[in-house]
Amino acid sequence: MSSFWSIVVDIVILANMVGGYFLIRWVAKPVKGETKEGEPTGHVWDGDLTELNNPMPRWWLFMFYITIMFALSYVALYPALNNYSGLLGWTSAKEYQQEVDNANEKYGPIFSQFSKTPLEELSKDEHAQKVGQRLFVTYCAQCHASDAGGSRGFPNLTDNDWLWGGKASDIKQTIMHGRNATMPAWGSVLKPLQIGYVADYILSLSGREHKATDATRGKAIFANYCAACHTADATGNQAMGAPNLADRVWLYGASRNKIIESITHGRSGKMPPHKTFLGEDKVHVLAAYVYGLSKK
Amino acid sequence: MSTTIYNDTVVRQFSIMTVAWGIVGMLVGVIIAAQLVWPALNFDIPWLTYSRLRPLHTNAVIFAFGGSGLMATSFYVVQRTCQTRLFATGLASFVFWGWTLVIVLAAATLPFGFTQGSEYAELIWPIDILLAIVWISYAIVFFGTILKRKTKHIYVANWFFGAFIITVAILHIVRSLVIPVSLTESYPIYAGATDAMVQWWYGHNAVGFFLTAGFLGMMYYFIPKQAGRPVYSYRLSIVHFWAIISIYMWAGPHHLHYTALPDWVQSVGMAFSMILLAPSWGGMINGIMTLSGAWQKLRTDPILKFLIISLSFYGMSTFEGPMMAIKSVNALSHYTEWTIGHVHSGALGWVAMITIGSLYYLIPKLFGQQDMYSIKLIEIHFWMATAGIVLYVTSLWIAGVMQGLMWGAINDDGTLTYSFVESLLRMKPFYLIRLIGGMMFLSGMFIMAYNVFKTTKNSKPVGVLVPQTV
Repeated sequence: MSSFWSIVVDIVILANMVGGYFLIRWVAKPVKGETKEGEPTGHVWDGDLTELNNPMPRWWLFMFYITIMFALSYVALYPALNNYSGLLGWTSAKEYQQEVDNANEKYGPIFSQFSKTPLEELSKDEHAQKVGQRLFVTYCAQCHASDAGGSRGFPNLTDNDWLWGGKASDIKQTIMHGRNATMPAWGSVLKPLQIGYVADYILSLSGREHKATDATRGKAIFANYCAACHTADATGNQAMGAPNLADRVWLYGASRNKIIESITHGRSGKMPPHKTFLGEDKVHVLAAYVYGLSKK
Repeated sequence: MSTTIYNDTVVRQFSIMTVAWGIVGMLVGVIIAAQLVWPALNFDIPWLTYSRLRPLHTNAVIFAFGGSGLMATSFYVVQRTCQTRLFATGLASFVFWGWTLVIVLAAATLPFGFTQGSEYAELIWPIDILLAIVWISYAIVFFGTILKRKTKHIYVANWFFGAFIITVAILHIVRSLVIPVSLTESYPIYAGATDAMVQWWYGHNAVGFFLTAGFLGMMYYFIPKQAGRPVYSYRLSIVHFWAIISIYMWAGPHHLHYTALPDWVQSVGMAFSMILLAPSWGGMINGIMTLSGAWQKLRTDPILKFLIISLSFYGMSTFEGPMMAIKSVNALSHYTEWTIGHVHSGALGWVAMITIGSLYYLIPKLFGQQDMYSIKLIEIHFWMATAGIVLYVTSLWIAGVMQGLMWGAINDDGTLTYSFVESLLRMKPFYLIRLIGGMMFLSGMFIMAYNVFKTTKNSKPVGVLVPQTV
């Protein structure tokens, strides 16, 4: 907004605020030739619709004036205009920062105390586990579910099957810095028939129903295209979050169709980083909690 | 001297459709209220899911039920108080059929996911254009009638109807400015915080002008008529009219407290919301005081009961609104069920009750009858509706405050005491009470439909002559 228009807007705001007062004063003035108070004004519509010349109730006018005064005081104290930011110097950003600082000051020591204890040990600390659980249901449950059982596309954290490593330090690393897992889409490289073969091969690895001849063909394709990430025996590679395909844990669905979908269109898994958002001390408690879940 | 009759055909059409749309809209409301208690009731069918039906419910009750009621009464009132036949008979007929088509198209698109995604402005752009054309036609018919009036002064009800018609045209057009990319898809021309501000400038003024000013117009005709008493204060009418229409315009930002909207805009919204209290109450005072000298009628006349209790709910909601606009109250109430309770104390208590009362006055007259078929059934409808609203509003008050407190509860270590799901589980009994309240209100509408059917069944609409003397 240009400074000209910002001034215009400010003037209109103030004028509309005090306008109610002048409107009342103007309308309340006696008009020459009007009927007596409490009498009909003399206007008649639709046969019998009339209106009385009653004054505005005093208590109501009083209420009106008070709200106008409240609004003007508010404008004086708080930012409510373009060109004037209020006597109190208040801003929402400052108030937010103040609340965050207060909370950090009050609760920070609790978490910095926890962070001195190694993760494995902290995972056995009942109090820390309780605090960790509360953090978990606030920040993690949206994707991983309240019981950490996960859902499609979001890993189960209780089954001791890990995409990026299950050591306590791995888990902390995951929460701190996030993870990006990319399964490329092979639909433009492989033919649908070939993708079907690969799917049968993958099904055979976990001993599920498959066509044996197709699985044999799939094995060769797998070695060429998939083994680089998922390794030759398809047990996966935690360094790059490539899942183990030889077990029965499936992130995006276990059916043949879902496997074909994953190969054809690829997948993209994102765990957001929490370091700047929560701070390392809280992440420490969370990591100990998640580590503890898989040790139960 | 030529004799003309009032154009009551379009009023009859809109009146009957108001009852019909009321039932449809409230039925959808009851269905989604039931889904909140038993989510399985969407049967995993996409167009039965809450997210698809919710805009259908709001559009049906606000625009189909409320809009048809406003058009019926404004067309009736403007003719009677201007003492002249409605301007442009053909165009008035187009307004009815066009409006009805808009509603049917809304029902044919919203459940199937065709939406613009702006609350209360969900309709896709081709329907928006039709709606704009219908609305401008409505304005031409209404103001054309005002222009050819035989009375000297313009009656106060018409000030409110007029302000409502002009402002809704502006709101609708400004909010619906989009760049179409296909027949069903478009992008808004605004972005980010600007889009949010336009949205709530629109959304709040839809409440202020569609659901408040329009229905105040209704109130200013039907209460003095039914009570047989003069409007209490002409001066109060003038002041609260000009104050309400100028101040409402600024209050929208209170929907965006504690967001990316600049601080000063939020403050402006809050300050004007406070000033809005008195002008809002002006209408309530003028309506209720109109009854002075006729209070005894409240005991025997259920139509008057509808009209007067609507003002009580209006007064309550317009007190609650400014309170909720205060930032520190808003910090507790925003995003909770309290907001939904507040909206319904206005929508059911004020909008629906004043409409129902007005229709009970209007329908016998439109069909050449002395009275409704059964006064007893009006009385039963009144008590069912009132009890329904009380259950609805109080349960959501409790639910909302509970949510606000649970979301803000903090443990000794600074962590949140409750997860979101825990607060959701606690809502269940209140959702159930709300559902029962809503069902009671809907049942009342069925009683009304039966009563209207019996009243109109064997009657022939009679043309009412426009009186020639001024």
